[in-house]
Amino acid sequence: MAYRNDPYDPKQAALLDQAALDDAVAAAEKAFAEAADLDALTALRPAHLGDRAPVSLARREIGALPPAAKADAGARVNAARAAIQAVHDARRAVLAVERERRVLAEEAVDVTLPWDRRPRGARHPLTTLMERIGDLFVGMGYEVAEGPELEAEWYNFDALNIAPDHPSRGLMDTFFVDIPGLVMRTHTSPVQARTMLTRPLPIYIVVPGRTYRTDELDATHTPVFHQVEGLVVDKGITMAHLRGTLDHFARAMFGAQARTRWRPHYFPFTEPSAEFDVWFAEHRDGPRWVEWGGCGMVNPRVLRACGVDPDEYTGFAFGMGIERTLMFRNGISDMHDMVEGDVRFTRAFGMEG
Amino acid sequence: MRIGVSWLREYVDVPAEPEALEQALVRMGLEVEEIVDLRTTVAGPLVVGRVLSAELLTKFKKPIRYCQVDVGEADPRGIVCGAPNVAEGQLVVVALPGAVLPGNFAIAARKTYDHVSDGMICSVRELGLGDDHAGIMVIPPSAGVKPGDEARPVVGLDDIVVEVEITPDRGYCHSARGIARELSHAFGVPFRDPARIDYDQSGSARLTPRDDPDQSPAADPVPYPISVRDTVGCDRFAARLVRGIDPTAQAPEWMKQRLSVAGIRSISLPVDITNYVMLELGQPMHAFDPDRLTGALLVRRALPGERLTTLDGVDRALDPEDMVICDTGLANPLAPEGAGLPVSLAAVMGGENSEMQPDSVNVLFEAAHWDPVMVSRTARRHRLLSEAAKRWERGVDPQLALVALQRAVTLMTEYGGGQLEPGVLDIDHVAAPNPIVMPSSLPGRVAGIVYPEQRVAELLMAIGCEVSPGQPADPGPSAVPALVVTPPTWRPDLLQPADLVEEVIRLDGYNKVDSVLPVAPAGNGLTASQRRRRSVGRALAEAGYVEALSYPFTSPGVLDALGLPDGDPRRITVRLTNPLSDEEPLLRTTLLPTLFGTLRRNLGRGQRDVALYEMGLVFLRQPGQPGAPAIGVESRPSEADLAATDAAIPHQPWHVAAVLVGDVEPAGWWGAGRPASWADAIEAARIVLDAAGARAVVRAGQQAPWHPGRCAEILVDNGPGEPETVVGYAGELHPAVCAALELPRGTAVMELDLDAVALPGVIVAPRFSTYPPALIDVALVVDAATPAGEVQDALVGGAGPLLEAVRLFDVYSSEQLGEGRKSLAYKLTFRAPDRTLTGEEAVAARDAAVAEAARRVGAVLRGA
Repeated sequence: MAYRNDPYDPKQAALLDQAALDDAVAAAEKAFAEAADLDALTALRPAHLGDRAPVSLARREIGALPPAAKADAGARVNAARAAIQAVHDARRAVLAVERERRVLAEEAVDVTLPWDRRPRGARHPLTTLMERIGDLFVGMGYEVAEGPELEAEWYNFDALNIAPDHPSRGLMDTFFVDIPGLVMRTHTSPVQARTMLTRPLPIYIVVPGRTYRTDELDATHTPVFHQVEGLVVDKGITMAHLRGTLDHFARAMFGAQARTRWRPHYFPFTEPSAEFDVWFAEHRDGPRWVEWGGCGMVNPRVLRACGVDPDEYTGFAFGMGIERTLMFRNGISDMHDMVEGDVRFTRAFGMEG
Repeated sequence: MRIGVSWLREYVDVPAEPEALEQALVRMGLEVEEIVDLRTTVAGPLVVGRVLSAELLTKFKKPIRYCQVDVGEADPRGIVCGAPNVAEGQLVVVALPGAVLPGNFAIAARKTYDHVSDGMICSVRELGLGDDHAGIMVIPPSAGVKPGDEARPVVGLDDIVVEVEITPDRGYCHSARGIARELSHAFGVPFRDPARIDYDQSGSARLTPRDDPDQSPAADPVPYPISVRDTVGCDRFAARLVRGIDPTAQAPEWMKQRLSVAGIRSISLPVDITNYVMLELGQPMHAFDPDRLTGALLVRRALPGERLTTLDGVDRALDPEDMVICDTGLANPLAPEGAGLPVSLAAVMGGENSEMQPDSVNVLFEAAHWDPVMVSRTARRHRLLSEAAKRWERGVDPQLALVALQRAVTLMTEYGGGQLEPGVLDIDHVAAPNPIVMPSSLPGRVAGIVYPEQRVAELLMAIGCEVSPGQPADPGPSAVPALVVTPPTWRPDLLQPADLVEEVIRLDGYNKVDSVLPVAPAGNGLTASQRRRRSVGRALAEAGYVEALSYPFTSPGVLDALGLPDGDPRRITVRLTNPLSDEEPLLRTTLLPTLFGTLRRNLGRGQRDVALYEMGLVFLRQPGQPGAPAIGVESRPSEADLAATDAAIPHQPWHVAAVLVGDVEPAGWWGAGRPASWADAIEAARIVLDAAGARAVVRAGQQAPWHPGRCAEILVDNGPGEPETVVGYAGELHPAVCAALELPRGTAVMELDLDAVALPGVIVAPRFSTYPPALIDVALVVDAATPAGEVQDALVGGAGPLLEAVRLFDVYSSEQLGEGRKSLAYKLTFRAPDRTLTGEEAVAARDAAVAEAARRVGAVLRGA
């Protein structure tokens, strides 16, 4: 191996001098520390880690050393190079964080600027309240039944034990139309008769819907309003079941403290009949009893007219006004707000009321 | 019914505590409208005074008197009084300084009209007793009071007034007798029935056919010859006669007060007595002046063409269903001899020609019993819902007639003098109440409470029923004992066991009913169409539309303004016969008119950008639709009757409509707003059909009230081989319609018949490829009038199964393209299910698509 006999070159060997290596590391540390940003650091890199960098040149000299010195020199050069690399990487990491911070700062925006480019719509709270009631009862196994708003008098009155000359028929403030025997339904109760005539027993239904009476619009009346009513026809149904159902309904709508109170009343389609109040703890004007609706045990005459044997089946029915419920539940003081369709009113209730 | 508690306390010993009374009445089912404790309406000293002198002060515009009033003190007080009727010697009501009258009117000694007024002489209105303010209240000498006495008991300010709302089943509660009876149940105290009096039967001249001729009393003549021709309309007619009364006699103060509390004006002693007895017992009565009658009275139905001028001065055409009382002495040109002329519209209102006059000295009292159905019809037909009619149609105790007459003639002779004629006329065809057989366990089964049989019987007897043990309906070892219950004559509402059940549970207390939640069988959830309506509503609301729920009433004028042509089905409307507004008598056949109303209201309140939607029923009348048949209620109607009923009811499909004006996206710091346009309306229709699970097809359409060039016909794709269904229209409103309806030009509108959209079936999940797509853009030049939808259909049709998606991304026209031409640029996405497409395959598919477009609509590939 002829090269082993090459004459020793003190200039080359000088680069392997430990002091020279230490200087190279120190010089790199100083230079990298002064690099202001990643670009400057990148520009400095060849001078300290590139092919012409002192540690790279020193590595070349190792070959000229006698075999015995090579291992030591190699280890020292590697250590120096690793030290420079470490300093570089550390500085780069610092500068990278700094740059990211600067970029994010530059990208900052005014998040208070409005972006309401697509205005929200809303559903009417009467609709969502009816749906909520429907959902409650569907969860109990009931189904939601419906019927026409322009209805046959037979369904609206006769089948419900409201004979043509009964005073209560006159009290109903009915809208009549130019087709004999039809009226705008005065309550959702005709759906009771329709259901009993078409569905198999037992029956557990709720009926939300629109109803009509000839009341002028004022703060507490509207000629077009909404009701929901429930009907259960089954074997062994008692008034206790009616109260249990209303109590559950009241708690679901008005909180755990809610309960109902009955007052004897008269409805032609139920016997016995009652009006009921609900205890509403969160009323706008403080906890109180609020008139809520009417209820009773289905009159056997109604069952017979609808082909149900009253000796075998009994039933209960209840109903209430949706507008009234919404008024006291949500603290609405004027009926006009619910019927005029002012978008400011409806928007306040959003999608689920 | 408005009544003082002092009156009720004559028949039942109840506490005079307003709160306890209110709770008791409500517990019995009598809704309390108002309860006023008159004892608390005037605070402080209120005494009887005597006017010793009344000096007229002349220097004022109106007559003012300075009175010296003895109020029981050592010296009289000086009181200034402006009432025209104040006079020396009168007994009056004086509020002394320190008193506070209703309306927080405090009385103090103060100087007025140059004199110190040391108190006030009160009018009826100032005391809160009524509306009379014409002068001061004068206490009659018969009151037996003296100056300084406490005045409250004298004028009725020691009472509690209750106003109760009576449900239609409790006709008997339109009387002191009925309400007192209910209070006796509520408080569990005895009831002293004011109808339980000994009435004078000695001279009864009964004309009932049931009478045994052997025992028929012949002693006295009938007081007045009367016959009844229609005993269905009138099953009882009784009368008594008093002669020689003092025509100037007035009703006593206590009677006037009780009438006044009930809202009945005092007219004359005989008339006041009939009203008083009605309030006391519930029996409406009538007083005839027999001297104004020329012949015997006949009770019959009215004849066609007959007329009668009633007490209110209205000349009325009578209906053959009306019952009338006729004077047979008057010749009737319409009727055979003896029919007479009507002098009273039975049960509802008397006639002018037989009414008591200020100088009448004889009075014939009538107490009858009329058919409730007849009265109900007559009262409504003539719009005479009088106090009497209200009681008749709710049911009057048919056994009251003689009692009421006895009360009336006793009061008449006591306060008006005169001589009672001995005879009593009583034509009685009243049927006894039917007994009801009820299992004694039934009330308990209904309430979910165990009532011992004895308790059931007790409660029913408390309300006046006769109860006896009966045979079980179904004899056997498990037979339930039955009760035979005969309701009292004042309870015509008790007809079936359920009616008795209510009475038992009511008297025992509704509050004793338990609370048990029943377990329903498993249900099926919402129906598909119910779920769909919710989805559609939510989708539109999420897209920016606000829901409106407008009244479904509209006017013929609006249908004209919409420009609906003659024969348009939307012009075939149902009309309300009693609309609230004569302007809007029609039921809507389209949601648009009422939705436009809501839109206008919002615009009128300063909203500029409004997007509304409505979902609701429309009422589509079929030409020549017959009326609904009359059906009975004794059992399930026949299928034919139900079908005929359904056929009579107009189709009422669910429609959904949306309307937009102003900006659909507002202007902001990002730039200008985007005005709502025809395209938004069509998109709203797509949103609806998407939410409804249907595939929308849009074509150019022509339909009022849309702009003829900006109207889309919206169809639903029903699948391969099935015809598409037109479900509605969308676009821009016709400018003329905007002008006629005062809406902004460019208003965008859509309306769909939601029920015409078939419910979606089960969706079959798509298979989709995971291989990369090939994207190719094509620009096609077509005639400007060619709808983009047709071009796209052609591309889809020609591209074959490799086409995954197509999207139109540019539309433009230019000089370079030439007049009447436009360029449509599409991005086509091709993908194969099983491999990566080669460029050649994708290009071949594109070429096939373009070729089909060329074939169908003459499209030319741009740049080709």
